[in-house]
Amino acid sequence: MFRGEGETVEILSFIANNWLVILGLAGEHISIVVVAVGFAVLTGVPIGIAITQSKRVADMVLYAASIIVTIPSIALFGLMIPILSMIGQGIGWLPAVIAILLYSQLPIVRNTYTAITNVDPALREAATGMGMTPFQRLARLEIPIAIPVIMAGVRTAVVMNIGVAAIAAYIGAGGLGVLIARGISQTDPRQLITGAIAVSLLAIVADWALLKLQKRLTPEGLKR
Amino acid sequence: MIRLEDLTKIFRTPNGDVVAADRVNMEVPTGEICILLGPSGCGKTTALKMINRLIPPTSGKIYIDGKDTATLDDIELRRNIGYVIQQIGLFPNMTIEENICVVPRLLNWDAKKARDRAAELLDLVGLDARQYLRRFPKELSGGQQQRVGVIRALAADPPVMLMDEPFGAIDPINREIIQDEFLKMQSEMKKTIMFVSHDIDEAVKMGDKVAIFRAGKIEQYASPDRILAHPSNEFVADFVGADRTLKRLRLLTAEEVARSDAPITSRSTKIDDARQVLSAARARIAVVIDSDHRPVGFVTADEMTGASGTVRDLAHPLPATVPVRADLRAVVSEMFAQDTMWLACTDDQGRFAGVISQPDVTAALRATYTRDRRASEKLEAS
Amino acid sequence: MTQSLGFGRMVSLLLAFALGIWVSASGLVDSVFTYWEDIVYLTKQHLVLVASSGLAAIAVGLPAGIWLSRPSMERYAETVMQVFNIGTTIPTLAVVALSMTILGIGFPPAFFGLFIASLLPIVRNTYAGLLTVPSHLKEAATGMGMTRRQLLWRVELPNALYVIFSGIRTALAINVGTTPLAFLIGGGGLGELIFTGIDLMDTGMLLAGAIPTAALAVAVDFLMGQAQLHLIPKGVNPLR
Repeated sequence: MFRGEGETVEILSFIANNWLVILGLAGEHISIVVVAVGFAVLTGVPIGIAITQSKRVADMVLYAASIIVTIPSIALFGLMIPILSMIGQGIGWLPAVIAILLYSQLPIVRNTYTAITNVDPALREAATGMGMTPFQRLARLEIPIAIPVIMAGVRTAVVMNIGVAAIAAYIGAGGLGVLIARGISQTDPRQLITGAIAVSLLAIVADWALLKLQKRLTPEGLKR
Repeated sequence: MIRLEDLTKIFRTPNGDVVAADRVNMEVPTGEICILLGPSGCGKTTALKMINRLIPPTSGKIYIDGKDTATLDDIELRRNIGYVIQQIGLFPNMTIEENICVVPRLLNWDAKKARDRAAELLDLVGLDARQYLRRFPKELSGGQQQRVGVIRALAADPPVMLMDEPFGAIDPINREIIQDEFLKMQSEMKKTIMFVSHDIDEAVKMGDKVAIFRAGKIEQYASPDRILAHPSNEFVADFVGADRTLKRLRLLTAEEVARSDAPITSRSTKIDDARQVLSAARARIAVVIDSDHRPVGFVTADEMTGASGTVRDLAHPLPATVPVRADLRAVVSEMFAQDTMWLACTDDQGRFAGVISQPDVTAALRATYTRDRRASEKLEAS
Repeated sequence: MTQSLGFGRMVSLLLAFALGIWVSASGLVDSVFTYWEDIVYLTKQHLVLVASSGLAAIAVGLPAGIWLSRPSMERYAETVMQVFNIGTTIPTLAVVALSMTILGIGFPPAFFGLFIASLLPIVRNTYAGLLTVPSHLKEAATGMGMTRRQLLWRVELPNALYVIFSGIRTALAINVGTTPLAFLIGGGGLGELIFTGIDLMDTGMLLAGAIPTAALAVAVDFLMGQAQLHLIPKGVNPLR
């Protein structure tokens, strides 16, 4: 199907002629992931903190989250369609966001939980000994120390879900997956390759940028 | 016997050559422990690892029992040398039995023989074979792992052992215990051992000979007592420490210094008789013993002068006694604690075994070749 | 641990049960079961894809990881690993799509895409697992007179086994998660029912694909977890 040099030129001209469309799709793609992972941080971090109170509950929550991640994304979309259809949202933006929100729970909750449980007990004791309340201890000691690890979880979630969002094109959520889907169904390598490369680049760039951010957010004293 | 001849190692690094071992010459007689001692980076570990060729020598020769090891291939050489490392290095994927049997199996012993050997060695270090053979290293305490690390090196009964800070990873109390155990085993096994350490106390305790290294060179190679008594230069003197004379105390036991012919008497002896015993022995003090020959007190010549009656009337209780097998450091410590110039010694059954005095101790320290003397005495006795 | 796992399993069973009740109440069961023959046929296809590409990835990935970890490869290994790390961030849909541009449609591109997607974690974990075997263990083994081959088989591989197995588990999870996409490039499998179901807005058909796909993925991961717990020897298994 790929015929070499001539096609490379075709792809480049396709990109040149459609770059606004491509940028628009990339924007859609990013917005789905950002909104969903953003909500996932708002839910996942508190859950991760809350479950540090009980090993039993923590194991249960993490187990449930790991089962969700195991389910292939297209199957999860499939399972959600009948449910969300009841409110008329079976396909489109909402199921994509919900799926990504669910998938993001595992890396974010797990990283928050492990980061906080791994805080050196001596530090915790010192903080308590200085008269910090449990809440102050959390806000001034445990969360700052945990932030790099939580960010690593966010990064994992974003990279993974850029891929999930690509598949979400098949349930009408838009994004760069649209190019791949069309490319496949119309046997059009220009769209297909453009879409595949664009979505890969997006993932690679996001991974790199979030790694930078993660290093940025690491308190100076914790850097090695 | 291990003999090193002009053994040299030069590491070629981007920043120039580093000489880690510089024409090292030494000989370890069969059945002796030689400690390679020195600060970190002095080349002692490099010298050790050249013997089993974990580090290939740049030049020089290594002979084991007279045979140039360059004629053997690496694998064959290593299988015939026991090797113990500081990190112990038990293989976590193998049971204790499998760990001990590694070299026997490499040498194609049959499984039964190897297993019996493993059980025998475990018993030797006081670990119940039935209980421990099937366990994994992570299920053992640090001290137990250390013991297994040592017997693993002994499994194929190699004549030569290399030990790289073998007791470095355990706490001081367990280290003492394992050192004692090992010395006891060595007195029967008579392996020829090269042993790397950075701890002067360990060297004094474990070594028949000590080689002090600095910057790849041997500064002094002699018995621990000689090194402590006559350090060959300032570096060695600094390294063994300002308290080196006190360290020598550990090299001798009370038995070697105590006077077993010290005068004795009993409670019911008449004072006149006791006084005669003392003057015959030209001593000023007699130890009073009971009917079981246990020391219970003492009388002095001065107090007996002009007195009558029995020894019972003038006897003083003994402030303390020391076991005759204690080293001189313990003896001196007890003397200082009791503020006394002399102590009575007892044997394993608590019977009187002699008297040791502070002048005896200092006289013993004056004699430099005590260790050699002891060796010749032992020869005569046997 | 086992207790909470048991509890977690119970919760998921209850959830499945509740889902079942809801589905049957909505009359979907009958419509799902009208696809029974398709389900059986496509599940077989699905499993063949997973098994063949997964085994191929193990067969290639293990030796590749071992080879990269050898001292002779030291200079290149880190660079290769960096490329691989970038490779793992590429979305699986893109991998599958690019595979189609090279090999066309049908089983070969589906197999190849899945193979590539599963290969990277296996190579990466094999390499990382072997490199993290403590150097003092290797020194002890060498000092005792093991040959390089004995060192690899008796010390390095057994001690890296847990990490290697984790890589295989991750690889299979990715593989099973990506296999539904094989349908898009003519590779068949349960994806056919899901994608066609979405296109036709046929809920019964959709669920006929989605439920077995999800169940299969959960089952494979569960089995791999159990295998990791029980097959990895006690001495090197942090779970035991």
